[in-house]
Amino acid sequence: MGQNCAAGPVAINSSITRDDNIRENQMKQLLMATAAMVIGATSAFAETKIGMITTLSGGGAGLGIDVRDGFMLAIGQSGRDDIDVVIEDDQQKPDIAVQLADKMVQSERVDILTGIIWSNLAMAVIPGVTAQGKFYLSPNAGPSALAGQGCHPNYFNVAWQNDNLHEAAGAYATSAGYSNSFILAPNYPAGQDALTGFKRTFEGGLAGEIYTQLGQTDYAAEIAQIRASGADSVFFFLPGGMGISFLKQYADSGVDLPVVGPAFSFDQGILQAVGDAALGVVNTSQWNKDIDNPTNAAFVESFQAEYGRLPSLYASQGFDTANLILSALDKAEVSDADAFREALRAADFDSTRGDFKFGPNQHPIQTIYAREVIKEGDVFTNKIIGVALENHGDVYAVDCKM
Amino acid sequence: MIPERLVNWVALLGLLAVPLWAVVVDEPFTITLVTRAVILAIAAVGLNIALGIGGLVSLGHAVFFGIGGYAMGILAYHAQTFTSLNLIGLVIPGTKSMPVIWLVAIVISALAAWIIGLLSLRTSGVYFIMITLAFGQMFFYFAISWSAYGGEDGLSIYVRNGFPGLNTLVPIQFFGLCLVLLCVVLFLNARLQNAPFGLALNAARQVPTRVETVGLNPVRLKLVAFVISGAITGLAGALFADLNRFVSPTMFSWQLSGELIVLIIIGGVGRLYGPVIGACLFVALEHWLGGLTEFWHVYLGLILLAIVLFARGGIIGLLTGKEGAHV
Amino acid sequence: MSTLLIIEQLLNGVQFGVMLFLMAAGLTLIFGVMGLINLAHGSLYMIGAFAAAAVAGATGSFGLALAAALAVAAIAGALIEMTVIRRLYGKAHLDQVLATFALILIFSEGTRWLFGSFPLFLDIPDALSGPVTLPGGIQYPLYRLFLIAVGLLVGLGLWALIERTRVGIQIRAGENDREMIAALGVDIRRLYTLIFAIGAALAGLAGALVGAIQSVQVGMGEPVLILAFVVIVIGGIGSIKGAFIGALLVGLTDTLGGIFLPELFKLFMEPGAATQTGSALASMAIYILMSLVLVWRPTGLFGARA
Repeated sequence: MGQNCAAGPVAINSSITRDDNIRENQMKQLLMATAAMVIGATSAFAETKIGMITTLSGGGAGLGIDVRDGFMLAIGQSGRDDIDVVIEDDQQKPDIAVQLADKMVQSERVDILTGIIWSNLAMAVIPGVTAQGKFYLSPNAGPSALAGQGCHPNYFNVAWQNDNLHEAAGAYATSAGYSNSFILAPNYPAGQDALTGFKRTFEGGLAGEIYTQLGQTDYAAEIAQIRASGADSVFFFLPGGMGISFLKQYADSGVDLPVVGPAFSFDQGILQAVGDAALGVVNTSQWNKDIDNPTNAAFVESFQAEYGRLPSLYASQGFDTANLILSALDKAEVSDADAFREALRAADFDSTRGDFKFGPNQHPIQTIYAREVIKEGDVFTNKIIGVALENHGDVYAVDCKM
Repeated sequence: MIPERLVNWVALLGLLAVPLWAVVVDEPFTITLVTRAVILAIAAVGLNIALGIGGLVSLGHAVFFGIGGYAMGILAYHAQTFTSLNLIGLVIPGTKSMPVIWLVAIVISALAAWIIGLLSLRTSGVYFIMITLAFGQMFFYFAISWSAYGGEDGLSIYVRNGFPGLNTLVPIQFFGLCLVLLCVVLFLNARLQNAPFGLALNAARQVPTRVETVGLNPVRLKLVAFVISGAITGLAGALFADLNRFVSPTMFSWQLSGELIVLIIIGGVGRLYGPVIGACLFVALEHWLGGLTEFWHVYLGLILLAIVLFARGGIIGLLTGKEGAHV
Repeated sequence: MSTLLIIEQLLNGVQFGVMLFLMAAGLTLIFGVMGLINLAHGSLYMIGAFAAAAVAGATGSFGLALAAALAVAAIAGALIEMTVIRRLYGKAHLDQVLATFALILIFSEGTRWLFGSFPLFLDIPDALSGPVTLPGGIQYPLYRLFLIAVGLLVGLGLWALIERTRVGIQIRAGENDREMIAALGVDIRRLYTLIFAIGAALAGLAGALVGAIQSVQVGMGEPVLILAFVVIVIGGIGSIKGAFIGALLVGLTDTLGGIFLPELFKLFMEPGAATQTGSALASMAIYILMSLVLVWRPTGLFGARA
């Protein structure tokens, strides 16, 4: 899985280590050379250029649009006119994302990249971008390989490490007194991470563990298995349309075990499509619109005023990412990479989540809440019902050598 | 009307001139774009041998493209992690050498094409389209759940693989390498078309019974064409993975198989340079329209529709005033 | 694993198969009569679902929503038949594939332009929601039983249309000899538009019915389209009977494969790895089934012998 893809040589025995070092040095020289070529061309402008690669077309466009809108809201509110944001659509295809990253670096000559939603696209783009000396700030994807051995001084994740919300769901399920849970996720790396993350913090037993097909839309067979399993609760990770389908079919099946899940299937964008079927479901998130701090209140109000819809957690992540960049730009020029990196690491900005700080691998250490789906007037939304995990980092940080 | 030979020369010169101009004005991304077009053209030239000469409409050529990609991905991954590939007792070290990777990509995709062809060629027409699609889906789902090599996340290779005497990290050098390969493949294709094998294959597409009466086996001819076609597309897959320094299951997706067919039809079916012109146009459209509007797929769709309905024989057919080979 | 669970899973497989049949019937009819490969059939499925969601949202009536899905999909079908598809009859399969692929792009992004990027809401009507208890004590959702019933009724209706009506005679004649029925004075252009509209309406109906228990979103049609192609190829292209049997085969293979393959691997692997390997194989199962069928019978189970 993910961690295997980590950069850096793994010395198998001492006799080949020297050889490895030579090879590694050659590799570094090559990278430095390309990086120097690229950097040399940028410093002509005082303007800061930010490249955003995100998903704006196709079925997954809702998430990318939210990140973009949250990000641009913050840039607009800053009133700075020396920041230029270049936005491109990756169509949720890794090869297009890589091509766009090349374009951003080689042709647009951006200083900072951000925007990618999906972990597989992030894995394709981020190592190459940071190796060329650019900064990458992730507003969403946080694959484990980039949090552990593959961490990089120029890579910051403003959202989460992918396992965080699943670990919080496991902790919540434990505290709610569930002792026999049925867990399911799609059969792909993020799905396997989800179940691993849940099991890491869940202290009860498992009534069943199922991998579904990626993109599956009918869950009748799985629901029948849940019914027959004798479980006392269900944990699922099914992002996007898969989650909508599952929840609707589950609500109609007559199985009434409590359901726990990460926020991905309960964000503002898709809750309206799930409808009553989601009412009362507990889900875990690091953000909600009722987190009580002035930044968040102002964010929710201005987002609604600007775009005419409630913000989702993706929008909050975009907003926070932009504000982090702005806070660092106030302290240092991007061209002074070391100073700028320090300024980012300080995370000296007002987050919609309240307190925000980075762990040693530059992923957030944050509080994750348990939320419940409620109906406000005609609109389905979430309400915080408690804390699932306090000041939570991730387990991969110990593998990160920076 | 313009002679086809002239169109071909202009296309080839254009492929040479644009990147050189990009070097002069320091626009490395343009070189990356043209390289992408050249690699897609190699894949489509491969498909064109099956489709244009052999009449085999394969909606599963992404299988070979993906196999080439994963050949590169897996070998380079083992080289960059200093591990070796353990294949039922057979220990194979990873490699970062392009020629070795190409060879592996070609051999394995040829083998896959032979097996898939052997089974698929029992059918014809729509059934052939659909059985090749089914094989594509099988590989796609297999790659997604193959967690040893990243599953849906795919595999990232941090540094482009090497070629003796070249620095492949410099865009223009890697482009040159790809262009040379495209020329080699085009030359092979041209030789093949006029060789007895190509003529017999052409005949097998048009009137299979007549080929049989002169003692040739039309199915065997088609199988050979399918294997050659798969091998070339596999080579393109390895190059494509090297261009992106990344492989993922999307290289196996049916949309990619569809795109390869689209390239050929845009350019002109069964024409030597059809895939080349189609790939250039497709990449240009994708880049230019994508920057123009969020809903660029609508316009791409309208353009494709216009080509099918009004430009028989693709762009080359339009320019030369001759309809292409009928499949 | 209990017998009850197995029976419930069999019902699930049948229900899935019956919905696939609604898609596949139109596809196979259009191919059988007009010789056209229509990749845009999945877009008509999506159009039906969106029309139903829009009407249900405005009126609150599921009946009206279904009617709207049928009508809008049929009209959309008739329109594209008259503007685009008509020009593709008699062209190479390759041209048809490309042109209808282009239609997918246009419809998908057009729908996103009209309705936005977020999924729409469409729910089961109250009268059909919740589970019922079947003989033997199986709890089964009423709506899924309704889907099975609708699918079987449509199948019966199609059979009656083709075997018992004047239009049916023309359709059968059209499958055998296109030139001949034109010579006999049948308005072939109108017949083709009609058949295309019927196929489109069935796809739209399937989209609306399934949309109520799934997610109504852009791109929902393509996975179903691929499955529908698998179905008609297994059944033999042009054969309604083949489409029906093929749909049930695919529905059952997909549903049962997902359950039993992981269990099978657990017999000789540790559970975690078995679940993963089993699921991987299950996702490939229907394609393996299809290639086996084609290797055995190159024109499908009920296809015309070449």
